[in-house]
Formats: sequence, structure tokens, C-alpha cells
Amino acid sequence: MSQVTEYSDKVIDHFMNPRNVGEIENASGVGTVGNAKCGDIMRMYLDVDDNGVIRDCKFKTFGCGAAVATSSMATEMVIGKTVQEALKVTNKAVMEALDGLPKVKIHCSLLAEEAIHAALWDYAKKHNIEIEGLKEPVNDIDETEEFYKMEEE
Amino acid sequence: MIYLDNAATTRVKPEVFEAMQPYFTEQYGNPSSAYAFSGKIAQQVDASRKAIADFIGANPNEVYFTGGGSESDNWALKGLACSLKNKGKHIITTKIEHHAILHTAEFLEKQGLDVTYLNVDADGKIDLKELEEAIRPDTILISVMFANNEIGTIEPIKEISEIAHKHGILFHTDAVQAFGHVKIDVNELGIDLMSTSGHKINAPKGIGFLYIRKGIKIEPLIHGGAQERGMRAGTTNAASIIGFGAAVKLAEETLASRTEYEVKLRDHLIERVLAEIPYTRLNGHRTDRLPNNANFCFRFIEGESLLILLDRAGICGSSGSACTSGSLDPSHVLLAIGLPHEIAHGSLRLTLSEETTMEDIDYTVDKLKDIVGKLRSMSPLYEDFVKKQKEAK
Repeated sequence: MSQVTEYSDKVIDHFMNPRNVGEIENASGVGTVGNAKCGDIMRMYLDVDDNGVIRDCKFKTFGCGAAVATSSMATEMVIGKTVQEALKVTNKAVMEALDGLPKVKIHCSLLAEEAIHAALWDYAKKHNIEIEGLKEPVNDIDETEEFYKMEEE
Repeated sequence: MIYLDNAATTRVKPEVFEAMQPYFTEQYGNPSSAYAFSGKIAQQVDASRKAIADFIGANPNEVYFTGGGSESDNWALKGLACSLKNKGKHIITTKIEHHAILHTAEFLEKQGLDVTYLNVDADGKIDLKELEEAIRPDTILISVMFANNEIGTIEPIKEISEIAHKHGILFHTDAVQAFGHVKIDVNELGIDLMSTSGHKINAPKGIGFLYIRKGIKIEPLIHGGAQERGMRAGTTNAASIIGFGAAVKLAEETLASRTEYEVKLRDHLIERVLAEIPYTRLNGHRTDRLPNNANFCFRFIEGESLLILLDRAGICGSSGSACTSGSLDPSHVLLAIGLPHEIAHGSLRLTLSEETTMEDIDYTVDKLKDIVGKLRSMSPLYEDFVKKQKEAK
């Protein structure tokens, strides 16, 4: 059982006042990771300039308080970095920047790392470049549409 | 603070607390002792037992005090599995039981028993035909909850007991959520065993009882002293039993007016939420539900973040999302009624009490609208949904 009282002040702050929520139109790269089954889905948008520097990063997240807070923190941490540097923003770094997470929420920080990687992958693919050390992300979403079709019938 | 989690626990009523108070520092004797100092306490324990028995149409010697709902459930299943082991080894229950039943049933499966877990329909009700078909010659017990703790649906108890008895099988019901909120007469409804808990009806935590119809042989769960007529050992919890008795008397007196009031509030809550927050569904049966229970799924959002934001607005509720259950799966009840995982993650249970006001409900709905809107604006699922809708046009 996780409770609000287990969250650090920083987690609560980033959840209550998330930074960089939203979409970027014509983004350089977009990545969506997570799994509706487990209850967390993160989407990251990157705006990368010609020198490979991340000018802007925005996110949308379906998930718990920790999932929102880690997404928010991750966007702050990658803005201004080169894509190569952004690859080094690990889940551990995000977690530390938030003054820690309850044990059961550590997977949220992993998801934030994966979301950055997925967006970087999309960027690399679109621009036909290779980012050293970046692996193809995995994601799966959606069993919901069918359910609502069934309900409507 | 607006407390809308009365299915989790309730406030001990001042009258109940007052009734209990003498039994800590003054009347502290052990009710089992021989002297008059203790005898007076034993009389009060008996008076509580009688008040409770009267409330459910039982005989006082059919009421066995326990440490609460979970113990009562454990006792009913394990005790009968043991005492009826020569009769059979098959138990029928449902997929939406409380974990006190489900995990006990799983434990018994490891001991070699067979358990059938009945499905429920979209409202959370069992299918009586499926029940009857599940019965085997070696079925010893049917255990179906009176009302579900999450979605509030009330099961067809009388029909279930009739089927059980037609086949000579005992019927147990976990009535933890229903006791004191719904009129229960064990004879009218044909209940053989019934688990209850005090803290759901303004008594303290750690007290409950198992009703066991006279003549039923059941092995004790807790062996030891001769308390509870040799059926449940452990020094009699006099203060809590006396508090429980006081709470039951209050519940009995207010049952009709209280539930009428709660239904009015509940229906107002349900109607406003469904009308004013799009892409929302009510979980549980619309009318055959506990007077104080409302349970919703808000599409595209997740329950824990909803709870935190409600908490920040001074509202206490609960959710069946994985993040609040400590596992990766959302509520087994919401999955059993057929909801996809993603939607089950966005559930919210609000359970009222007679102390809840119409202003509380309206404030809660107003806040909910804002919070759901805020979370949706952050949700990639909502973003996709909106895009798809635009494309469709």
C-alpha cells in the first residue's frame, strides 16, 4: 500500500505542479511507453535543434502520483542537453532528483527513462541518425476500444 | 475534511465510546472469573450478545464474538472444511469476495480442497443457474458475500440459500459491508453462517462475530480457553463487545431513516457525476446496492492520482487501482465485472455515512469535475481519444 505520506515533498510538488505538461506540434521525436494493464503510460515529446540539443520536452502521463512526478522531473532534466547526454539521464538520476521514491514506485522512474529513450529512438529514426547505446523501445497499449464497442452494442 | 470512505471504516460514535469507557480502567475484570466484580461485566457482554442476536433474528447462543470480519471468514471456511471433511471437499464461492474469503479459499485449495469461483455479471451479481450447476455431490459449503465491499452490489441471498438448502449444503455469507446497513433476518434469508465486523457500523476495530446456526458442527479456529462456549478462545474483549452492542442498538434504531437519507445523497451523487463528468461509468447495480456506496470509473485517468488530488481538496475516498492495492493488478472485483485493466485503474469508491451532508456531496462533485479534467488534460490516453474523434469527423 502506498500512501501520500510516503512521497517526498519534491514528488508531491512535481505531481501537484507538473512541469512541461503538454504536446509539441511537429515534434522531433515522440515516444510512448508503458502498459495500461499496470496502470502507467508515459508519452514524451522532444524538440531537438540542428545541433542535436534538446530545446524543449513535454509529456503526458496516465498513471499514479509517482508516474506524473517522474515524467515531470525527467523533462526538466533533459531540456538543454544533447541527445547523447539525455541518454544518460537514468531512472536513478530521476529518482535522486526527486529525493527518492517509495519502493513500489521505482518502476515509475524506469518508465520515465524508457520514455526518454523511446522519444530519442523516434527522433533518430525520423532523422536517419544513430545514437550510440540506444536500443529500440517496446510498448503496448489498448484493450479498451473493444470494451466500449461492446458496451455500446 | 469530508470523509467518504465509510466502507473502509467508520467513526466510533460518542455514545459507543461512552458505553465502552468504564470497561478499561474501572470494570476491568475478566468476564470469565467467578467473583461478582467480573460477573457484572459478563452480564453486560451477554446483554450485547442478546441485542445483536435480536437484531438479526437469531438466538444469543448462535452469536460468537471474534476479532472481526477476516477472522469470522477464516473461521467459517477453515472450520467447516475441517468438520465436514468426511462429507466432502468442495466449496463454492465467487470471484468478487473479499480477500479474507478468497485467500482463505486459496489456502484450502493447497490443503487439497476444490473451490469453484463463480462469475458475476456486469453489475456484479452471480448467476443462480451457474451456482446450481456448480454443485457437486461433495460440495460442503456455498459462501457468497451479502454485498460487495467495492461496488456495493447486493447479491440475491435468499435465492442462494434456497438453492443451497435444496441440495443439503450449508450457506455462509460475508455480511461485513451489509450488516447494520441492510435489514438482515437470518431465518427469513436462510443464512446458516454469517460474518460481520463492528468497525463498519461505528463500533471499534477488532471486534466482530460469526453467526452459526444452532446444530452446525464447526471446528474452532482459535483453540484454548472455554470462552464463547468453547468455540473461540481468548479473553473476552468485554469493552469492544459492549461497544459493538451499543453500536448495533443505534444502527437498529436508525436503520430506516438513515438508509433513506443515505440513498437520497447517494443517488444525487451518482446522478450529478454521471451527468456532469463525461466518459464516466457507475460500477455495481444501479438500485440493488448498498445505501451508502457509489463507485465510478473515470476513463483515461488513474485512481491514485485522483485520490491524491481529492485528498488535497480535503476529501477521503478510495480506489481499486493497482497503485492503491500494492500489486500490479487493479481490483479483482472490477476485472470480474468485465472492465479492462486500464478502465479499472481509474476507479473511485465514495462511501457515505449519515453524517455526510448534501453540501459535502456537491462540494465533492465540483472538485471531482476539476480534478478529472486536470488529469485528463495530462493523459496520453485522452489525447489519443480526442484525436481519434476528430479524425472520425
